[in-house]
Order: sequence, then structure tokens, then C-alpha cells
Amino acid sequence: MRKILIAVTTVMLTAGASLFGASAAEKLKVGFIYLGPVGDFGWTYQHELARQALVKEFGDKIETTYLENVSEGPDAERSIEQLVRAGNKLIFTTSFGYMDPTLKVAKKYPNVHFEHATGFKRDKNMSIYNGRFYEGRYIQGIIAGKMSKAGVLGYIASFPIPEVIMGINATILGAQTVNPNIKVKIIWANTWFDPGKEADAAKALLDQGADVIMQHTDSPAAMQIASERSKLAFGQDSEMIKFGPTAQLTSIMDNWAPYYIDRVKAELDGKWESDDTWGGLKSKMVVMAPYTNMPDDVKKLAMDTEAAIIDGKLFPFKCPVIDQDGKTVECKGGDHLADGQVLGMNFYVKGIDDKIPGGK
Amino acid sequence: MELVEAIILSVLAASTPLLIAATGELVTERAGVLNLGVEGMMIVGAACGFGGAWLTGSTIIGALCGIVAGTLLSLVFALMTLGLAVNQVATGLALTILGIGLSGLIGAGFVGEKITPAPHLHIPGLTDIPLVGRILFGEDAFVYLSLALVIAVWLFLYRTRAGLVLRACGDNHVSAHALGYPVLRIRMFAVMFGGACAGLAGAYLPLAYTPFFIPGMTAGRGWIALALVVFSSWLPGRLVIGAYLFGAVTILQLHAQGAGVGIPSQFMSALPYLATVVVLVLISRARTGGSTAPAALGTVFVPDR
Repeated sequence: MRKILIAVTTVMLTAGASLFGASAAEKLKVGFIYLGPVGDFGWTYQHELARQALVKEFGDKIETTYLENVSEGPDAERSIEQLVRAGNKLIFTTSFGYMDPTLKVAKKYPNVHFEHATGFKRDKNMSIYNGRFYEGRYIQGIIAGKMSKAGVLGYIASFPIPEVIMGINATILGAQTVNPNIKVKIIWANTWFDPGKEADAAKALLDQGADVIMQHTDSPAAMQIASERSKLAFGQDSEMIKFGPTAQLTSIMDNWAPYYIDRVKAELDGKWESDDTWGGLKSKMVVMAPYTNMPDDVKKLAMDTEAAIIDGKLFPFKCPVIDQDGKTVECKGGDHLADGQVLGMNFYVKGIDDKIPGGK
Repeated sequence: MELVEAIILSVLAASTPLLIAATGELVTERAGVLNLGVEGMMIVGAACGFGGAWLTGSTIIGALCGIVAGTLLSLVFALMTLGLAVNQVATGLALTILGIGLSGLIGAGFVGEKITPAPHLHIPGLTDIPLVGRILFGEDAFVYLSLALVIAVWLFLYRTRAGLVLRACGDNHVSAHALGYPVLRIRMFAVMFGGACAGLAGAYLPLAYTPFFIPGMTAGRGWIALALVVFSSWLPGRLVIGAYLFGAVTILQLHAQGAGVGIPSQFMSALPYLATVVVLVLISRARTGGSTAPAALGTVFVPDR
């Protein structure tokens, strides 16, 4: 279903793109592949904001095109290739599932540069970039640990992949620093985006006694439920305070603009090189929304933690990290877990009384 | 016990859009027309319903906008399949694609806006009865409307002459035509009713369930409604059971996860669909006896003049 839709959109958009191509030959053309609609108010929206920042920064030196609603998998390959044919020299593919398609197209067109978000496969002309969202989640954990009266957090998770699991672990590790007995209830929605289901999950968590809701799904539905019931919640991807003025504590915001501007500048200067970027709070790829609806001491604690992470004094996964079964995880990064260990995280830390679905 | 009450309240809310959309589709299919565009009509209903409520501040106007939008889109379907005798499956699928695109366009202006959700009934005394009070007397109007709708449809289909004629069109359009009934016109009304219901069901989502609009927010509920019609073997009574069963499984699996019950969530998410497959198997086995699909379902009718 979706595929047909996407094919149609793609064809129309590319037709538009090639028309533009004829009129402005010497501009640098930058293409984007989006997973959702630009108005999803979450993941794709943040990439779109960064694209708009590019346009503002470089004006008529560049020309941007985006394809939205491109489903992950084989269809993506065709869409990426169409961007190449339309003359785009730098192409951002903004979801994990575009990894293999991007790599395939990159091999075919060595003169075009590709930037793939959240993946782990690179090539001479294909960079990867991602945000250390777990740094933000650690801060959220601390806030949640302080703010939860029941000592029970509700976590709406999407899919059991390392990205999500590291978020849950970072949250609980943060919360344990202020409340060693903190409990977390985890519900897997098995979707990134289904407002109704996310709302249902939030209701279920609140009904079961959680009083702070955090989510790794994309819509503001959970925020709204928390707000309706006078409970607290964290936003996801974007600022969601509009949906819960008295509920939102903070939100982890993806901020791609500085990186995109950097990369386009490099491309314009002819200095683009394949790279691997994992930016966090320090490089402002991850930004925390204002700390709201909490007492000043909690706010100060959150800000101090943020500063410590930025200064490199604090690592959310500092050793020793003890897993659910009480085993100490091997420490490969000196005094904290190595990036590789975090990126492949497939275990819960001690204090989570649950099992990863499909896990051991 | 409070948890049980909370679960039942969530189940009722989750089932209502499914029930409304499926009731409309049931009437459409009973007239012999298979409209696979429910998802498309729902999402357009959601966009227009939200738009109406956002502009006027009235839930009722929002609901009406949803109904009108769903009906208009279903008329496109009627024009194609009844007027031009195009294949119903292909047109229905195209309608969904059209609807998703159209809703994004309509909704682009108010993504990120929010409205006051539909009020819940509150009868002093009755609503305050412990346990059953909020379940029976504390819902939003859509929940009661959906049940009234099913009863009305049941009465219409089985207790009125018009309902009998409609079913006749769905079972054997040639005979109905030979008896002098305007098959195409009856089918058009059935398609419009289906569209109106789908539009209303879609509007329920931003008006009462999650009071904001985001493209794609129906997230496949239209397809579940289609499955429900099959699940109910085209009987309104079973439709109610089916809708609440689907809703219950959705909500209970979330609660089971929160409570740490060790059933894989992926399996629980798949349960409603597994149930549909099982029912389909049972129906096909009981082919000779039980009530099954309208005999002329999905076939194109061109009257010879």
C-alpha cells in the first residue's frame, strides 16, 4: 500500500527535481530522503528543520530536494538513485533502514557523496552520523528519579534494537543515582508511530502505577495523556511542550542543522571526506528542551549533569556497568563502556525487572 | 479493581473507531460492494474532522465534517465502481492511497495544533457509582453512538423491507434488478453510508482519542475494520463482539507487558490478525451451513438496458 504511494510521490517529486535541474546547473544540489511526512512533529520534522537551516545558511549557493514517506528497504534504493540522476551531489538518507540501499547506490556512483543517519556501514563516499541520545536519556533518568513519587517510571519503547535498549539502560542508570530502588515498567509498542497505540500504552502504564512517562516512539500522544491525568512526561525528538504545558519535564531534541551545515560547507569547499560522527550534547547534535515543571533543585541537578557530560567528566555508561543477571560487563573504553559496546547493546542493566522481547 | 475499570474504559475507547468504521463497511458489503478504501476515508475524516473542530471549537461540527469528507470520498469510489464499472478492489486500494495523500494536504495547516477532546458524559449520581458508573455512564458520546449505530443497522437489515432489498442486491444483483429494484442506486447509498461511517470513525481519533492531527494517524485501523467485517461473517451482532475483542487484545497486551507477563509482545500484537485468519478458516469450513459472504460481493454490475 504504502509502497505504491511512495512510488507515486517519488516519481512526482523527481520529475519536479529534474525540471529544476535544467535551470540551475552550477548550484550544489543536496538531496534528502525522509522516512515520514515532514509534518510528523518528530524524527522527520527535525531533519526538515535542518534542511531549512541549510537553505537559510547557503541561500542560492545550493538547491535542496527532499522525498518524504520513503519506506525502508528496496524502494529506498530507487528513490536514492533518482536523486542521483536528478543531479544531487550530496545526499542525506535519514533513517536506519536506508543503510544497505544507500551503500548500494554509493558503490554505483563513486562521485556522489552520501550521508547516512544512524547506521554502521561506511564507504569512501558514504559517511555515517548519529546522535548520542542516551546522554539526554541519562539526564531524563535523573529527573524522573527525583520527580517520581511512586518510584515507578513508565517507558514506551518501540523496537528491541540497541538504540532503544541503550536508551532504557541510560535512563535507569541515571534514575538509580538519585533513587536506588527505582522501578521501570516497559511497554513495547512495536511501532515508531501510531498515536492511538502510544496513547493506549501511556494509559496502561499510568493505570499500573507509573507516574512519569518516557517514550521512544514519535508522536506527542503519550505527552497528552500524561497531561490529561496531571502526570509528568518527557518529549521525544522535538519540543512537545505545547501538548503538555504542565506535564513536559524536558525533551531530547535532535539537532541536525550544525552537522548538515558543516557537511555542505565541506562539500562546497571540495573538502568532503567520508567520516563517522556520533555527536552528543557537546557538539549540540543532541539538545535538551528547557527544564520545566520541576523544582529548582532538580533543575539545577539536571543542568549540572548536562554540563558534566559536555565537559567529558561524566559518562552515562561509566564502569562498572552491571547487567541484569549481576554480571559485570567488560569495560573496553577505559573508565566507561566503549562506543562499540554501547552501539551493540543487547542487555538490560541491573535494576530492570523485565526481559528484552525475543532476547535471551 | 480500579485497574479493571481503567482497562475496560481503555478497551471501549480503542474499540469504538473500529466498530463505527466496520459497521459502515458491513452495510456496503451487504449491498455487494467491496470498498477497500476504508483506511483512506478514515484518514480524510480525521483530517477534516480535526480541521472542523479546530476552526469552530465544536466537536459536533468536527464530527459532521468528518462524516461529509468520508461521504464525498466514497462518492468518488461509487462513481468509479458503480458508474464506470471499474474493478472494486483496485479502486478501493487507489482510494486509500488518495485518502492518505489528501489528508496530508488538508491537514498540513494544522499539524501541531491541539483541541479540547470530546467531553465525557457525567450524570451526577449514576456516573459516580463505583466500578460500573464510569463504564456505563461516563463515556464520550461516540461510544454510545457506535452502539446505537449497530442496533440501527441490525434493525434496518433484518426488520425492514429496504434492508431486505439491500441484502438482495448483495446476494444476487441480477435477480434484484429483474424485480425492478434500482441496484446501482441502492449500492450507491450503501457506499455512501460506509463512507460516512469511515469518516466519523476517522474523526473520532483526533476528536476524542488523541486530540491532535498528524498525517497517518489512523495507522492501519481501516484495515482492521475490514478484517472485522470478515471476522463477524457479515453479522452486526458479531461485529460488536469482534470489535471489543480486537480492542481488548490491543489493550490487554499493553497491560500484560507493563505487568511483566512473559509473552513476547510481537506475538500479542499479531493476535487479532491470527484470530481473523482462524475465523476465516472456520467460515470456509462451515460453507454449507453458516452465514457467509454476500454472494455478489465485489462483482461489478452493469444493468442491461
